[in-house]
Amino acid sequence: MAALINVPAKARRGDVIEIRTLTSHIMETGFRHTADGRLVPRDIITSFTCRYNGTEIFRADLFPAIAANPYLSFFTVAKESGKFEFEWTGDNGYSSTASASITVE
Amino acid sequence: MSTRPVTRRNAVLGITAAAATLARPSISRARSAGLVVVVGGGFGGAACARALKRANASLDVTLIDANRVFTACPFSNEVIAGLRDIQLQQFSYDKLAADGVFVVSETATRIDPQQQSVTVEDSTSFFYDRLVLSPGIDFHVEALPGYDDAASEKMPHAWKAGAQTLLLRRQLEAMDDGGTVAIAIPANPSRCPPAPYERASLIAHYLKTKKPRSKVLVLDAKDNFSQQRLFEKAWKELYGDMIERIALSQGGRVTSVDAPTKTIVTEFGNYTPDVANVIPPQRAGHLAQIAGAADATGWCPIDPVTFESKLAPNIHVIGDACLGGGIPKSASAASAQGKACAAAIVSLLAGRAPEAPRLTGVCYTTVAPGYGFSLAGNYRPRGDIFAEVEGGATSPVDAPRELRAREATEAERWFQTITADTFG
Repeated sequence: MAALINVPAKARRGDVIEIRTLTSHIMETGFRHTADGRLVPRDIITSFTCRYNGTEIFRADLFPAIAANPYLSFFTVAKESGKFEFEWTGDNGYSSTASASITVE
Repeated sequence: MSTRPVTRRNAVLGITAAAATLARPSISRARSAGLVVVVGGGFGGAACARALKRANASLDVTLIDANRVFTACPFSNEVIAGLRDIQLQQFSYDKLAADGVFVVSETATRIDPQQQSVTVEDSTSFFYDRLVLSPGIDFHVEALPGYDDAASEKMPHAWKAGAQTLLLRRQLEAMDDGGTVAIAIPANPSRCPPAPYERASLIAHYLKTKKPRSKVLVLDAKDNFSQQRLFEKAWKELYGDMIERIALSQGGRVTSVDAPTKTIVTEFGNYTPDVANVIPPQRAGHLAQIAGAADATGWCPIDPVTFESKLAPNIHVIGDACLGGGIPKSASAASAQGKACAAAIVSLLAGRAPEAPRLTGVCYTTVAPGYGFSLAGNYRPRGDIFAEVEGGATSPVDAPRELRAREATEAERWFQTITADTFG
């Protein structure tokens, strides 16, 4: 499982809609040590973006204090039918994408 | 010692006809070492009332509970799975009454910490020097939109044993083979943390034997749970892929329900199972709220040495309702707390300093007939809560089936012992 997305399938034009996302990631802080004293290297998601029909509508920077499997929810206004695209990027070249469609009436 | 004038109590008791039976000869009042009222006759309250009377026969001990018959939660998952009669779960308070505990089968409606009185539905009031609340849990319905008493008739919680237990059993019996049984599990703190998973196991046992094409869907607001490795190993061994669990980080947290369509809504999807067992988020029983003993968490902060409420003077809170820290909310813990609280009250009434208790909680799980495991822990006060101390034990993950069989037998023996100790 890469990511979970919850975007309403339908909305009326002008409605405020909630978007929820959850992606599986260990979010290793880089502050922990193994039993034999070696540092566990940092491995986190550092950035999340959401585009609505190509326009960025939401961005978040993530930091080591954020727990594993980051859950983000935010609101936007349903303007037109189309596609939401989500992207997570992070340490070690991590990149993951997802998308969801909406019909606006 | 009670400093309360005798007349005050008698004056209130004189109001109703029923109260005539409550008035005691003044000679016994004169000898009373104190008035203790216990509200809530589950494993915590009943154990406390009995221990108080046994420690000091001249204490006036009153136990108030709405039910004449107590229905025990431990082993009620067996009832749901059709493995056990509910009569085996039911106990009367007759033996407590024989011990000299004054048993009142009424609903407590009002607690007045200033007057130090508890009022029941027929408006009789009972004064106390010390009040013990053992109200168990209530459901935090605001945290689960769509769930209320009416919804619980369609989507039973079966998290308070009795009619709900039988309702869930009937729904399982009525379901066609090939159906899905969903179990919605809340986040902690909640009553008996391993019990939802025991229930998933025993429902899977019922389905495997009676409706083998069916499945169990666990929607869980937690990522990790008590005894997880033991459960997951048992599920694989016994039930293959019959049990599917969606954890918190897979979108398993239930956010609302719609009872008319029997829909369970999670953060990332909707489910319409054939049978929906919705265990709602929980908080301390209603009585704790009306006594002003619960804080913003919904639970009751206590002094772990005496179980005295941090919020309401002369009120002690035991069992599932209190903020116990490391001690799980179980029958065994409630019973241990009830006895420790009784000892503290006896000391306080005698003007002695109470001793810090060491509590033991044990929890048996049965995942199929003849397949059980256990968890035992010892706890001592540390700061405002109980912390686990050395001496605890949990069943090994890799163990021969003989051990699982032996633990299943021990589980049954544990139930006989605790119920005989409390009600027998």
